[in-house]
Amino acid sequence: MTAHIASLPADRASPALDTRIVLEVEGLSLSLRNADGLLPIVTDVSFAIRQGEAVALVGESGCGKSITASAIMGIAPDNAEIGGTITLNGQAISGLSPRARRKLCGRHMGFIFQEPMTALHPTLSIGRQMTDTLRHNLGLSHAEATSRAAQLLDRVGIPRARDILKGYVHELSGGMRQRVMIALAISCGPSLVIADEPTTALDVTIQAQVLDLLDDMRRELDLAMLFITHDLEVVGDFCDRAVVMYAGDVVERGLSADIVRSPAHPYARGLIDAVPDHDDGRTRLTPILGTVPPVGQWPPGCRFAPRCNRVDAQCRTRPALELHGSTEARCWHPLEPSA
Amino acid sequence: MLRYLGKRFLLILPTIFVPLILVFLLLRLSPGDPAGMMLGDQATAEQIAALRSQLGLDQPIWIQFLLWLKGIVTLDLGNSIFFREPVMQIIPRYAGVTILLTLVALTLAVIIGITLGLVTAMNRNKPIDRGVVTTAVLGISLPEFWFALLLIFIFAVTLRWFPVAGYNPPSAGIVAFGATIFLPALALGVRQSALMTRMMRSSMLDVLNEPYITTARAQGLPESTVIGRYAMRTAAMPVVTVAGLSAGYMLGGAVAIEIIFALPGLGRMLVEAVGRRDYPLVEGGVLTISLVLAVLNLAIDVIYAILDPRIRYQ
Repeated sequence: MTAHIASLPADRASPALDTRIVLEVEGLSLSLRNADGLLPIVTDVSFAIRQGEAVALVGESGCGKSITASAIMGIAPDNAEIGGTITLNGQAISGLSPRARRKLCGRHMGFIFQEPMTALHPTLSIGRQMTDTLRHNLGLSHAEATSRAAQLLDRVGIPRARDILKGYVHELSGGMRQRVMIALAISCGPSLVIADEPTTALDVTIQAQVLDLLDDMRRELDLAMLFITHDLEVVGDFCDRAVVMYAGDVVERGLSADIVRSPAHPYARGLIDAVPDHDDGRTRLTPILGTVPPVGQWPPGCRFAPRCNRVDAQCRTRPALELHGSTEARCWHPLEPSA
Repeated sequence: MLRYLGKRFLLILPTIFVPLILVFLLLRLSPGDPAGMMLGDQATAEQIAALRSQLGLDQPIWIQFLLWLKGIVTLDLGNSIFFREPVMQIIPRYAGVTILLTLVALTLAVIIGITLGLVTAMNRNKPIDRGVVTTAVLGISLPEFWFALLLIFIFAVTLRWFPVAGYNPPSAGIVAFGATIFLPALALGVRQSALMTRMMRSSMLDVLNEPYITTARAQGLPESTVIGRYAMRTAAMPVVTVAGLSAGYMLGGAVAIEIIFALPGLGRMLVEAVGRRDYPLVEGGVLTISLVLAVLNLAIDVIYAILDPRIRYQ
C-alpha cells in the first residue's frame, strides 16, 4: 500500500481519506490497430481511486476518457492494443484473459452509462435484466433475485418497485431509467463504480437528483467512483480528485477543489472559463479557440500548443507531468497559483 | 395487446378479399368457358347455353359475385364443375399438404437462416462468413424449380436417401411423412433461408453495436447469454418480418414444387382447375390460400408483439 502511494507522490488522496486503494491505473496506453498500423488513442494515463472516493476524468469529446474507461472495464474494441497496468483491489487485472475480466464486471466493477434509454434492453423487462445479473453473479434463485431487485429499486428511490420490475425501459422517465441503471450497477456489490457521463442525457432538473443519488450511494456503500464528465461543476461539487485529459494525455491531476480554484494547465483554465459563472457578473463565456486535434494528427511536443496562448518554442518538446503549486500539470509554462 | 390484435385482424380482411375479387374477374375475363370445356368439341350451341344457365354463368358478373360472396358467408362455395362435388369437400383433401409443406419449409428456412446469420455475424470477415454470404447470394439468385431438380438428382437419384416424388401424409408415420416432405420443403425454403441469413447477419451486427449489449457485458453476463438472449431477442425481429413475407411467397411457390415432387397439394389442384376453367374450385382454392396467408401473418404479428413489448402500445 505504501509502495503505491510512494509511486504517486503528488497524486494525493483527499485530506479526509486514508482508505485502501481500489483502482490503480499506471501508465495506461491504448492504440487501435487498423490497416495503416497502430493509431495511438490514449498515452500514459495514471491515477488511483481509494475506497469511498470519487475521481473525475475530465475532458472534451474525443480526448480519450471513455475509451480509458472501456480499457478499465475490459470491453475495449477487439483491435485495441493496451499497455500499462490496471490494478483492482490489489490484483493486477490488465494481463487477465477476457473471460476472467468479464467475471470482474458486475461483481467488482459496476457501470453506469450515458444514455439509459439505449443502455437498457428495449424488449426485456427491467426485472429480467436485473435478475439475470443477480442470478449469474451472485448465484441467487429466481425468487431471491427478484426480491433483491425490488429492494435495490426501492433503495435508488423508485416507487412501486415490484410493478416497475415487470415494466420496460420505454415506460419510464429519463430520471427513472438512470435510477434503474444505477440500481443495476450496484446490484452485485461492486467496490468500484464507473459512471460515463451519467447525467448528460438527462433534463437539467433531473441531473442534480441523479448526482445526489450517486453521491449518497458512494457514501452509503463506501464505493470508489470514477466519474467521466466534461462538466466542471460536477467535478467541483461531487468529486474529490480530478484527472484532466486532452488529446489522449493526462494534462493535469490533483484535488478537484485545487484544480477548479487554481488550475496550472492552460487547458484546464480554458475549461473553467468556458463554464458560466453566476457570481462574477461576466456576460460572455470565454471559449477555447480551435478544436481537439483528431487522433493521428497530434502535434509533437505539447498537444495543446496549437490552441494555447502561452505557447513558445519550448512547447515543441513534450512536457512531463510535474508538480506546480498544488496540482500536477503537463506544461512548460503553467499558470501561477492564485491566492 | 387485445387492441393491437383487433387492429391486425381488421387489416387481414383486405388481404383476403382483394385477391378474391381479382381472381373472380380474371377468370371470367379470360377466354375459355367451363361449359364448352365440359361438353367438348361436338356440343351444340344450345347444349352449351343450357349448361351455362344451369351453372349460373349466364347471369351478370356482379350477380355472380354477390351470389358467391353469399356462399362464402354461408360456407357454401358451390360445386366443382369438373368433380361435381362440393368445393368445401374437395379443398381439405389438398390444403393439408400445402399448409404442411409451407410450414415445414418456413421452419427450415428460419432455422437455417438464423443459425447461418448468427454464425456469419460472429465470424465477420472470416472465411466462413465470406463463404456463407457468397453461397447465400447464389441461393437467392436460383429459382426453386432448379434447386428442386438438383436436390432430386443428388439426394433421391444418386444417394437414394429420399424418394424421388410422392407423398405420405403424417398419419403414415413421422418418418414416412418426413421422407416425402423434406426435399420439397428444402427446395421451397432455400431461397428464403438465404434471404433470412443475410437479414439475420446484418441485424445481428447492428445489434452487437447497441449500448445495451455493452451493458449486458459490463454486468458480467457470459457471452452465451449476451448473444443468445440479449442480442438474439432484438436481432431476430427483422427475420420474423421476413418470415411473414416468405410465407406468402412460399404458398405461391408451392405450385411448381408440388408439380415437380408430385405432391397432391393446393397448388397442383389450382393449376389443373384453371386448365379446366373450374371456376368454383379455383375461387375456393384462392380463398383458402388467402386465408392461410392471413392466419400465418396474424401468427407472426402475435410473435412480434411477444418479442417486442413496445409495439403492443402503439
